[in-house]
Amino acid sequence: MLRINSIRKGIVIDHIKPGYGMKIYEYLKLQDANFTVALIMNAISRKYGRKDMIKIENVIDLDLAMLGFIDPKITVNIIEDEVIKEKINLSLPDRIEGVIECKNPRCITSEEREIVHKFVLIDKEKAIYKCEYCDHIYQGR
Amino acid sequence: MLKGRHLIDSQDLTVRELKSIFDLTTEIINRPKDFSYICDGKILGTLFYEPSTRTKFSFEAAMLRLGGKILGFSEPGSSSVSKGENLPDTLRTVGTYADIIALRHPKEGAPRYGAMYSPVPIINAGDGGHQHPTQTLADIYTILQVKERLDNLTIGLCGDLKFGRTVHSLIKAMTRYDNVKLVLISPKELKVPENIKIEVLESKGIEYLEVEKLEDVIDILDVLYMTRVQKERFFNEADYIRLKDSYILDLKKLEPAKEDLAILHPLPRVNEIKMEVDDDKRAYYFQQVKNGMYVRMALIIKLLGVD
Repeated sequence: MLRINSIRKGIVIDHIKPGYGMKIYEYLKLQDANFTVALIMNAISRKYGRKDMIKIENVIDLDLAMLGFIDPKITVNIIEDEVIKEKINLSLPDRIEGVIECKNPRCITSEEREIVHKFVLIDKEKAIYKCEYCDHIYQGR
Repeated sequence: MLKGRHLIDSQDLTVRELKSIFDLTTEIINRPKDFSYICDGKILGTLFYEPSTRTKFSFEAAMLRLGGKILGFSEPGSSSVSKGENLPDTLRTVGTYADIIALRHPKEGAPRYGAMYSPVPIINAGDGGHQHPTQTLADIYTILQVKERLDNLTIGLCGDLKFGRTVHSLIKAMTRYDNVKLVLISPKELKVPENIKIEVLESKGIEYLEVEKLEDVIDILDVLYMTRVQKERFFNEADYIRLKDSYILDLKKLEPAKEDLAILHPLPRVNEIKMEVDDDKRAYYFQQVKNGMYVRMALIIKLLGVD
């Protein structure tokens, strides 16, 4: 079995839906990182059968707000001295910028070249966002 | 304080701010000469990225009657937009010449985006099927004139409620008054968009009813707001044929309606209100057009802070 050592200090992003690990890796721009990162894909999970996982060494101040939008089942553990110091409960971010695109063909975002797509959470229970420009609905999950 | 603000969404103005605009509108109607030079030295830019006669003329007449001047274009082909200039650059440029800008754009959200870059107030003069907040000022002022109240009303909105920008703005603004009930009359393809249901109707607990036929509900309405239903919006011909007459108002259909019903329409109409209705005392859509100019005069004064 493939074995990845536990880390002394850093972040473990666990229970990522299989196949989504690379998406999160890219979203967090970990390919540009100057610290050690392990992306584990399709690992066995007692909870969900299979899962992806990311271990990031020595860094604990990444902006993880968007992870809850990508997959609310993800768990994030902050590790210090080889023990879990904090478990972060992910929630849906109130605003999303530059991650998803408005699907309304009549939206100004479909015409302007360098416009940043922006969304605002309008229904937390149902994970519904709206485009900040045209109000078109985006279903988060 | 409205000086320097944008008007993008009909909810950008609080109920109190709306009242201050309506009070000023009444003053302008009663004493127009007192306002003839109030915008002397000020320029309104009218950037119309799609054709419009009524709204553009209404804005221009409003500014001219206030003693101000106007500049702008009626279709983007005659401006640097045709060279591929982006919206922020156009607005930053025009914003150095004009003191206030009325922006009409076929793309939804364009005024919101433009306002992020404009150095002067932007007024949304209609963006695609999204919003038309100055039409809402005219609509609400007319309701207030006719009904002498804005609460305790049952308002029927009839026609294309999906792409009807005036409908969206009116729903957002009117549902802030007490005990306003909505009757949404449209074919199923053209129902009010989900975002309005979630954000406005459901989150505020507004009482509303969705029906397909005007005949079924006309007797319960205090206000009837008609809009045009375009054939090309229907997904199939059979539905269009089945429903098209339901969205045409004539004197026969008005028979069971209340004596004090107020019939409104943002205009232009095609055939959704028969001309025979024009002489009915319940028809207020031409008064609404006139009010449109006066409320725009009041709005320009407020946003420029010259009152």
